[in-house]
Amino acid sequence: MVETSYYLVLAAIIFTVGATGVLLRRNALIIFMCIEMMLNSVNLTLIALARQWGNLEGQIFVFMIMAVAAAEVAVGLAILIANVRHRQSINIDEINLLKW
Amino acid sequence: MDTALLFDDAVVLLPELVLAVGVMVLMMVDIGRRGQNGSQLLAGLSVVILLLGIGASVMIWGRAPVEYLDGAVSDGFALSVRLVILIAGVLGVLLSRNQFPAIERQGGAFYSLYLLAVIGMMLMGTATNLIVLFIALEIFSLALYILSGFYREDPRSIEAAMKYFLLGAFASTFFVYGCALLYGAGGSSKFTQIHETLATGGGNPSLVLPGIALLLVGFGFKVSLVPFHMWTPDVYQGAPTPVTAFMSVGTKAAAFAGFFRLMMTALPSYHDQWAMPLAILAVLTMTVGNLTALRQSSVKRMLAYSGIAHAGNILIALVAGTAAASSAAAFYLFAYAFMNIGAFTVTIAFERQHGNENDLEQGRLAGAAERFPVLAAAMAIFMLSLSGIPPLAGFFGKFLVFKAAVEAGWAWLVVIGVLNSAISAYYYLRIVVAMYFQQPEEEADEREPSIVPASRPSVFVVAVSVLAVVVIGLQPGLWADLLRGLGQ
Repeated sequence: MVETSYYLVLAAIIFTVGATGVLLRRNALIIFMCIEMMLNSVNLTLIALARQWGNLEGQIFVFMIMAVAAAEVAVGLAILIANVRHRQSINIDEINLLKW
Repeated sequence: MDTALLFDDAVVLLPELVLAVGVMVLMMVDIGRRGQNGSQLLAGLSVVILLLGIGASVMIWGRAPVEYLDGAVSDGFALSVRLVILIAGVLGVLLSRNQFPAIERQGGAFYSLYLLAVIGMMLMGTATNLIVLFIALEIFSLALYILSGFYREDPRSIEAAMKYFLLGAFASTFFVYGCALLYGAGGSSKFTQIHETLATGGGNPSLVLPGIALLLVGFGFKVSLVPFHMWTPDVYQGAPTPVTAFMSVGTKAAAFAGFFRLMMTALPSYHDQWAMPLAILAVLTMTVGNLTALRQSSVKRMLAYSGIAHAGNILIALVAGTAAASSAAAFYLFAYAFMNIGAFTVTIAFERQHGNENDLEQGRLAGAAERFPVLAAAMAIFMLSLSGIPPLAGFFGKFLVFKAAVEAGWAWLVVIGVLNSAISAYYYLRIVVAMYFQQPEEEADEREPSIVPASRPSVFVVAVSVLAVVVIGLQPGLWADLLRGLGQ
């Protein structure tokens, strides 16, 4: 049996890669995919921990996260499309009407 | 599982259930009147549903705290937070009448999303389980992402939605990662179970601190703590003002309630570790919020930064981490709901008067007292209350929070809080000065000056808010007794 800590480290690496992507990429769709990747790394964490603890709560949590991620995709893409209609671009550098 | 328990204890969630049924009714009604424009009926229905929710909360007020299926509890704190959110909800719906064409066209979507946001926020205050906490957070966040972009004719509204969504989803992943690590630390998603496991020396204590740090990022984003606050002014400015008014109060109340309960029931034994980082965040939040508010020209942006500063004040209560502090936070949020929504309402009225539908420069307020004496007086009361001048409601909110913090031994933090209140008085009073002592630069436009240039529901909102701010200020003890803390 592979130790839990390996899974946790792998998940942490995936999470970091995703977070870096969100901060560095300029295309809203790619940012979106990075966020999904981060959520999936959380799922991996939860499943590994659920196996370690031997209870189902972590597994149930994963299903909830999947459902929420699906809802988030629906909402996010809708907002993205509304934005494209206004400015024909999904580059977040061009989202600059509101500034301090 | 005992089925009697399943149904009997469901009364714990009665307000949420009332609203959930209400949302479905609202959608049915909307389908039934397909094709008709105008949202008067739907707005009225939403107000009725929210009032029924308030009735349900009051009905279960006196009951002893009961936990429902290891996931939600209805103690005094949950009920107080519910009341704050429901009141903010009612006032927000009243504001939304005749605001912009998208609501008239798609009232059904607007009001059902609005009520869903209210449900999510209320659940957040009752959650005693990481899964419920996360779901509640997402319910209201997803609804608010859409609502902030609802003013589709205005590119700024879409842009606000886009920013809010991208940053919000990003922050949610941190939040849920933190939840996952806490689950790993305690072996359960129940707050009390996590505490027991950790207190008896079991579990994986090494996962607790990273978990807290990640949760803090997600939570800091939701209540806009510095340095996670950058989205706040943009979203507040771009989103439709009724939505801004509601979410500025509702999100704060919900996220604080959820986090309060999590930190104080799951991780009280780690108070020494999390209190100091939170104290530093509180100092940063208050100071940066107030200093940036000083140099804002848009009234809505000024209110956004002032909201950030207020989040810092409420955070002081969490740092103190006592039951008294949690009831002080409930009182603060209660007072904040009225004064903040009141200020936004007057802002809307002035916005409409100046034809600029979704934004208002502070300079336009010059001489407002002569033209609109009633609105200007109301605005002055809200500003004085927000800056914490006695005997208005805002003063006692701050007073109770600071008192609880001093009792818990955080005197230095309170000193910084008081200094910050002094800074904040400057920009709040600047608006009062502009309204009362400055002459307008341009000639007043030809439009017929009216005493109250606002729709009837807005006048009602202003009147209720003024009344509440004054009455809460004059009778603080009464309200402080009514609004309870954790576990009461």
